Amino acid sequence: MVDKTKLARQFIEAIPHAKALGLELTSIGAGEAEITMPYNEALIGDPRTGVIHGGAVSAMLDTCCGAAVMSHPSAPGGTATIDLRIDYMRAATPGQSITTRATCYHITRNVAFVRATATDDDQDRPVATASGSFTVEGK
Amino acid sequence: MARPRPEPMQVVKQRRDAALKALVEGVPYIRFLNISFDRRGDELTGVLNFEEKLIGNPFLPAIHGGVTAAFLEVTAVITLSWEYLFPRIESGELDAEDVMNDEKIRFPKTIDFTVDYLRSGLPRDAYARAFISRSGRRYASVRVEAWQDNHAKLFAQASGHFLMPQPRPDKG
Repeated sequence: MVDKTKLARQFIEAIPHAKALGLELTSIGAGEAEITMPYNEALIGDPRTGVIHGGAVSAMLDTCCGAAVMSHPSAPGGTATIDLRIDYMRAATPGQSITTRATCYHITRNVAFVRATATDDDQDRPVATASGSFTVEGK
Repeated sequence: MARPRPEPMQVVKQRRDAALKALVEGVPYIRFLNISFDRRGDELTGVLNFEEKLIGNPFLPAIHGGVTAAFLEVTAVITLSWEYLFPRIESGELDAEDVMNDEKIRFPKTIDFTVDYLRSGLPRDAYARAFISRSGRRYASVRVEAWQDNHAKLFAQASGHFLMPQPRPDKG
């Protein structure tokens, strides 16, 4: 079990795009994952407000959901996104880091179902939520 | 009455290309992903110029699912903004420099976005086109297709809803 957690962390941190975004896996295990991304001016969506682009939040949510699937005790190995829906509640506050938390709440032999939220410093008001289905792949 | 003489082609092209360039290059995140747009008349095609940093699975290798989602969303927002601003660019009311500098110009905001991943994104350029299914005063519904080598074989498709920029209520 410990090995799988370690494997997932290594796997996430070896992803070139996760590196480009500056993603940091802060917690993982038992079908749950948490990823943080520091504020980065290169990811701004509207230069007049300094708000991070929704696409960067989507990429975080997708990575976090995939990590949650891989950390699930019933997942034998890798995963790929089948579909992902993102709802945007509000703009992330400029200057603050963004944290995503994903839960793989159900898994079958072939499909994993995941939910996730993204927040900034104000943890009570989500920036975005996601729900998706992922493939379950053998080792 | 004779209709007015059409504007010289170069004038039209220059005006449209300058406005599109301002719209696309003004956004840091679009530069980060290295997305550009081809224009044929009013039709836009998003181009995701492949780079190593877009990889999500280094073993296959494949483009990151989040990059695919972001590429489709950027294509949707730019196509919608282009459609929304085009009449004002054409009438001369809006200059290319104003597009990103004028505080009054707002862009559509994503309400929700759903991506279907049909096959893995290969480590090479990708293309996307957005179709505005409905654009009302408040909400717009947009569908996006993305492909690589073969347009008939999409690697992803998406649909989303957007909140259109609202005129500020007059004060006083």
